[in-house]
Amino acid sequence: MNKTEALQVIKKRRDGALAALVDSVPYIKFLGISFDRRGDELTALMQFSDKLIGNPALPAIHGGATASFLETAALIELAWQRAWNAMEESPQDAETVAAAGYLRLPKTIDFTVDYLRPGLARDCYARATVNRSGRRYASVHVEAWQDNRAKLFAQATGHFLMPQLETGA
Amino acid sequence: MTEEELRQRVAIAKQFMAALPFCQAVDMQIDQAGVSEATMSMPYNPMIVGDPETGVVHGGAVSALMDTCCGFAVNLHPDCAKPTATIDLRIDYMRPAKPGERIIAKAEVYKATRTVAFVRAIAHDGDAEHPVATATGAFVFSKIKSAEVAS
Repeated sequence: MNKTEALQVIKKRRDGALAALVDSVPYIKFLGISFDRRGDELTALMQFSDKLIGNPALPAIHGGATASFLETAALIELAWQRAWNAMEESPQDAETVAAAGYLRLPKTIDFTVDYLRPGLARDCYARATVNRSGRRYASVHVEAWQDNRAKLFAQATGHFLMPQLETGA
Repeated sequence: MTEEELRQRVAIAKQFMAALPFCQAVDMQIDQAGVSEATMSMPYNPMIVGDPETGVVHGGAVSALMDTCCGFAVNLHPDCAKPTATIDLRIDYMRPAKPGERIIAKAEVYKATRTVAFVRAIAHDGDAEHPVATATGAFVFSKIKSAEVAS
């Protein structure tokens, strides 16, 4: 990486790549999911809205919305890590990264969600950990919480098929 | 469970479903309901697309339909006493759903203990022999006490 490169240029490249990953997916927009980036670390945020409710009595967020949130967090984290590494190796703008196929999302093979407590009428946060990422397959764990980071309301593990890159890397 | 009891439960479940904002937002509907089993479906909608290049629906949306359908099947178990909740759900994605097609989920409770209902489901886009995804899950279950059944 070019150490003399201006901070603004670096930030623009990173934010551009992340935005390109997230902004084009309609379902991410529908659920109100966004990503907060601190360096290479991503935190997924699903802003509470009434349409997410699956249990009006509590009220609680629908398990399907929770599962979708966790799966999205896992998919974006996987694609983001690969794009990040590519950008760190040789600085390139979002268009170049996209052309090489880094911004294509992996495909979910399986996904297991563990519902620990109801998701309340609050914003949700999630962070994904890539436990293994090979050329073809990846294994990811995701944790989601609301007000208290130590009190997870759901966690999930999934396996994913990585999209092939145009560079062959 | 008598025919009348089943009809009542389905009516209650339909009302309940209509009151669930998330199910409404993605336009889920109940197609068929029987003892310990249910079929539900959801139309294709551009807003639930997960891959803008191909127009394929996001896996999470398919998962949401299967989760709802599994929960509904638990509700239709003859010994089900209280509303259920998902303990865990595993989804296996076999292939992408065809863009433009309705997604249909079919779920059945294959075992219910005093506290847990074990459920499996498949999702397809027209041909049940070629599933888009399958699911297995464990759901909270409270069995009607035999005294209640007798009364």
